[in-house]
Amino acid sequence: MRPAADPADADIEAGLARQERKSLLRFITCGSVDDGKSTLIGRLLFEAHTLFEDQLRAVEADSRKWGTQGSDIDYALLVDGLAAEREQGITIDVAYRYFSTERRKFIVADTPGHEQYTRNMITGASTADLAVILIDARKGVLTQTRRHSHLVSLIGIRKLVLAINKMDLVDYAEPAFQRIVGQYRDFAHQIGLDDITAIPLSALKGDNILAPSPHMPWYRGPSLLGCLEAAEVEEPGRRQAPLRLPVQWVNRPNPEFRGFAGTIASGSVKPGDRVRIQPSGHTATVARVVAADGDLPVAVAGQAITLTLDGELDISRGDVISDADHPAEVAEQFSATLVWMAEAPMVPGRLYLLKIGTRTVNATISHLKYRVSVDTLERLAARTLELNEIGEVNLALDRPIAFDPYLTSREMGGFILIDRQDCNTVGAGMLRFALRRSHNIHLQALDVDKAARAALKHQRPFVLWFTGMSGAGKSTIANLVECELLAMGRHTYLLDGDNVRHGLNRDLGFTEVDRVENIRRVAEVARLMVDAGLIVITAFISPFRAERALARSLLAEGEFVEVHVDAPLGVVEQRDVKGLYKKARRGEIKNFTGIDSPYEPPLAPDLRLDTGSGRADGAAQAVIARLRELGLLD
Amino acid sequence: MALTHLQRLEAESIHILREVVAECERPVMLYSIGKDSAVMLRLAGKAFHPAPPPFPLLHVDTTWKFRDMYALRDRMARELGMELLVWHNPEAMARGINPFDHGSQLHTDLWKTQGLKQALDHHRFDAAFGGARRDEEKSRAKERVFSFRNAQHRWDPKAQRPELWNLYNARKRPGESIRVFPLSNWTELDVWLYIHQEDIPVVPLYFAKERPVVERGGTLLMVDDERFRLAPGEVPVMRKVRFRTLGCYPLSGAIPSEADSLPAIIRELLAARTSERQGRMIDFDASASMEQKKQEGYF
Repeated sequence: MRPAADPADADIEAGLARQERKSLLRFITCGSVDDGKSTLIGRLLFEAHTLFEDQLRAVEADSRKWGTQGSDIDYALLVDGLAAEREQGITIDVAYRYFSTERRKFIVADTPGHEQYTRNMITGASTADLAVILIDARKGVLTQTRRHSHLVSLIGIRKLVLAINKMDLVDYAEPAFQRIVGQYRDFAHQIGLDDITAIPLSALKGDNILAPSPHMPWYRGPSLLGCLEAAEVEEPGRRQAPLRLPVQWVNRPNPEFRGFAGTIASGSVKPGDRVRIQPSGHTATVARVVAADGDLPVAVAGQAITLTLDGELDISRGDVISDADHPAEVAEQFSATLVWMAEAPMVPGRLYLLKIGTRTVNATISHLKYRVSVDTLERLAARTLELNEIGEVNLALDRPIAFDPYLTSREMGGFILIDRQDCNTVGAGMLRFALRRSHNIHLQALDVDKAARAALKHQRPFVLWFTGMSGAGKSTIANLVECELLAMGRHTYLLDGDNVRHGLNRDLGFTEVDRVENIRRVAEVARLMVDAGLIVITAFISPFRAERALARSLLAEGEFVEVHVDAPLGVVEQRDVKGLYKKARRGEIKNFTGIDSPYEPPLAPDLRLDTGSGRADGAAQAVIARLRELGLLD
Repeated sequence: MALTHLQRLEAESIHILREVVAECERPVMLYSIGKDSAVMLRLAGKAFHPAPPPFPLLHVDTTWKFRDMYALRDRMARELGMELLVWHNPEAMARGINPFDHGSQLHTDLWKTQGLKQALDHHRFDAAFGGARRDEEKSRAKERVFSFRNAQHRWDPKAQRPELWNLYNARKRPGESIRVFPLSNWTELDVWLYIHQEDIPVVPLYFAKERPVVERGGTLLMVDDERFRLAPGEVPVMRKVRFRTLGCYPLSGAIPSEADSLPAIIRELLAARTSERQGRMIDFDASASMEQKKQEGYF
């Protein structure tokens, strides 16, 4: 492998054709301040012959003035662009570098390692296919390493190169390398990063950058450039995925031509394909794939094209043209991860502009669920997000949009938030899932719907959601209520720990994360059962308001009845029917609600049952009475 | 088969061009007649086909370009059917500013920097496409694709908006305008490969030919017309030269070269040992000079 070979030796046109057919790899380099990141990039540019003599001369002069490598060339000075930064000796923004070998062109996002620059790293990583994580062989895996890896994982990069740098300072010893690699793999596996190539190198001395290093005969893997040249660039499946074309611009040069221009986010398109316009749901057939050099037989993800369709449809910028049989989801409320990028903190409830694909809509953060520590991934309580903080939020838009989850499609699930006053980009986020499915995704209505199913059962379907601490009497009351309803001829189903924890949710434990997921699944199942026309009764501690709110948001207005089964901790702990409180007090059970995990009581339940003293069957009667009041039972 | 690097670059540039047209009110394309402008113009043709590009071309002229450049400029505008606006700074015109009497710094500042601001203000353009590439110069490497300028056309490198994915925020505060660089991720090599692949017309000065030159301080200057001031005893000699970058002819250094075709240029580039900006005399004016010029409003 040689960078930029001289094509004089070969047939010139064939050489040019090879140059023109090169692929493109975009990657980011992440490391802490002293890991030698700039030196590594400088070295890559040098080895790929992208450094020119005049630039080298300038760097030599700069090295004498600002360099940190004695009489050696300080490659770092080559990449630290702005004058102010050169003097401070740190990189403070995202810089892009370019080099190419015979096989491939590379775009490097040089992202800073300084801790307050999460925003820059997320920016640089958003367009990268691969990440190079630098580790100083003397220091091993540091907090910064974990932070960078979390961010890489968050932005959806799955391919990693672990560059163990400064091997020259540990005598090129294999044990030092293996120890760090082992340590890193264990950690990375936990956050879903498994595609890792580890390379021992010295950026300063040039070991294992271009060619195998004579200093490390024990290492048989690829050199860094060799690895970057061989890495697969296209996300597998992006082209096989269903068509998504966010309409960017409507091209109407004359009354005869009406084209829809945009960049294909996923899938492919050819004349004759059936497509669905979203969010409207209308369908059409592709007439032509128009290009300046003549119509294309087919176009694929990543290409910027213009489509014409048969028939006159009202399509404008921001709509998405999708595969008719596999359209995107349409929704206006989302669960999302948000990275805050502005000095002014994020304010829940404030109106921002949200841009996704080619659509810009009004958006508010309806709820900040929690903040995530970028160092540990720990969930922290938060009322707001400051610059460089990351949180899980619920988003509410002022109109429905077509989307795919970010994990499926960066293009269809990544968004930015824009401040309406100062016009700056203040946040970037990733849509996880829709909170309330819009049911108008398809133009044709389903023939059998919730109303039809409910009518057959002569009832109004709803969820009766019991919440309260362990031992408060939820299951007992729920059971009595179900008996009453059955006697009234109602079709019901009771979801509780026994029938859910042992089956559907048997993979979940009792950490906060798992408890949240437990309730999310219960809420989703309840929603399906309501859709089937059933009256669903749930009996779970469900300690967090956020998850109960999520359950409510999945259902139509009036279909969610929240009952707080309320008994003081002193009473339930004394009852301790299952002996759980004693175990929790002894520390044998972790995260036990009321002991070392909070219970957030409902602020405005549909019914509050005081079970500190009252009898259970009286409580059941109170529930039935309340349901009649709400008009859910006739 | 993955898209080639040229296909990916082309798609990205077209996406940027369309995004500006969709979100801005009065875009314009700065046309400097060089190879980068030639590529940008071709991409604009593709982005809006079969419509013509929905914006005019603006040439901020200094009256000191090569004659070949003026010829190509007029031909391209005619062939593409695009409106071509040419701006001459009236003050520079009145004072007869030229590189010989006033030096490169004042010449460039008045004709180009001030001229550009005047033209954009005069026509009330809110977005201007430029052909700058990030690989040209260190401070460009950190500039965004959408680069905002305040009402005084100043660039603040510390207050740049983050650009994620292919989502560009084109919202402007009152008085702000945007410089947009669709070729940000292209390199000099990419530009030439694309010109070759697409058969794009470029100024003949890029190809080596016998031309009348004088050598000054290690730089070869072409005597393009009778306005060139020869030093006492200085005699132009015919040498086979070409240009890697084009600007005002008294400020553009030629390089000795045998590369008289596109394949030969690309071959020369692959074997090159000096960067393309070396022939640009304005970069040597001061250390970090491009960054300074940009903060003052230079493109």
